[in-house]
Amino acid sequence: MSSKNTFMLDGVAIEFSEGDTIMDAALRSGSYIPHLCHNPEFRPHGSCRVCVVNINGRQVSSCTQPASAGLEVDNSSEDLVQERRNLLQMLFVEGNHVCPGCEKSGACQLQAVAYYTGMLSPQYTHFFPQRSVDASHPDTAIDFNRCILCELCVRASRDVDHKDVFSISGRGIGSHLVVNSPSGKLGDSAFAATDKAAHVCPVGAILPKHRGYEQPIGSRLYDRSPISIVGDVAAHESDDQGDTHGR
Amino acid sequence: MADKIRVATASLCGCFGCHMSLLDIDERILELVQLVEFDRTPLTDIKTVGDCDIGIIEGGVANAENVEVLREFRKHCKVLVALGACAVNGGIPAMRNSFELRECLEEAYIEGIGVANPQIPSDPEIPMLLNKVHPIHEVVKVDHFLPGCPPSGDTIWTFLTELIEGKPIGFPYEQIHYD
Repeated sequence: MSSKNTFMLDGVAIEFSEGDTIMDAALRSGSYIPHLCHNPEFRPHGSCRVCVVNINGRQVSSCTQPASAGLEVDNSSEDLVQERRNLLQMLFVEGNHVCPGCEKSGACQLQAVAYYTGMLSPQYTHFFPQRSVDASHPDTAIDFNRCILCELCVRASRDVDHKDVFSISGRGIGSHLVVNSPSGKLGDSAFAATDKAAHVCPVGAILPKHRGYEQPIGSRLYDRSPISIVGDVAAHESDDQGDTHGR
Repeated sequence: MADKIRVATASLCGCFGCHMSLLDIDERILELVQLVEFDRTPLTDIKTVGDCDIGIIEGGVANAENVEVLREFRKHCKVLVALGACAVNGGIPAMRNSFELRECLEEAYIEGIGVANPQIPSDPEIPMLLNKVHPIHEVVKVDHFLPGCPPSGDTIWTFLTELIEGKPIGFPYEQIHYD
């Protein structure tokens, strides 16, 4: 590859191909840029802003910014890490994230990215919103308390499953995940546990039933190594889809 | 002994698990008591807090007494530490925030299975419950946060030794978890 097709990420040369975003190129090279709403299997969304980087003094989301030759990309300055930490803190206080009582704990991408950025506390005033749990589906439960509006389930259901089961409704702080069925319940929708949408949730919002707390503390996805080494939850979800199907 | 660092601890709306985890530093507690002297804490059973260098709070704020104790700690402690999930974000007790306080009380004392003579307790000696459970930083300024349910003995040890030695606070990856 010619030297024309590289940019610098924290001083390291990253090769890219035509049409790559900064995130695409970084992921391929094994360089970690923290992210939540991005999953390389889907069209970038750019909404969580956790993948924000500095380019020539301008802040952009690396999952939507096209790579171009000669860019100097800052992915690790203290200001940037602090900003990501603040974004994560806001996500934590906007929902009800009770890690000690969540089956996803230890294999949760929100947690793992927060660990990576050194977040010790949400620190803002908690909203303690009133949200519900939808356990109407026989194989899958939705706990809306934990939804971070990444829209990965929306994208998976629309683009891969072609079912359009999920959507985001409302505006601003009123935005929330809704289910496309006459009753609004998952059990009355076209959703199946074998759907792609069942295996992309980065947090504990969409969870398979009948298999909680399978991994003991100490051997869960992010117990021993940070997400920069382990990778995304979704990448590991596909490993054990077979288990889900059999139950 | 005047040059020893004075430490006070309290459990507000918590389960005492974080205090048990403090004891999980095992024999290192012998090293710790060379450096610190305990003021008010469930370990000494001293009931009032004096002027201290470090105050460690387990548990969130769920009733009027929690508010009073927390404010006393803030007034008397140079450094105040939120220890564990409940102090940091309300934790499991804050799950009641999804319901009206009255609903919670009725579920426990009126509708509860096997409850005899159902009535909501109202003795003046029982602290009044707050409408919601709050993390302690929503009531007083907090200097340090140690997440975990509970934070491990090693996490607490790392923190205390770094704090006492005046080093920057930092943890190995495995020592920070929110559960």
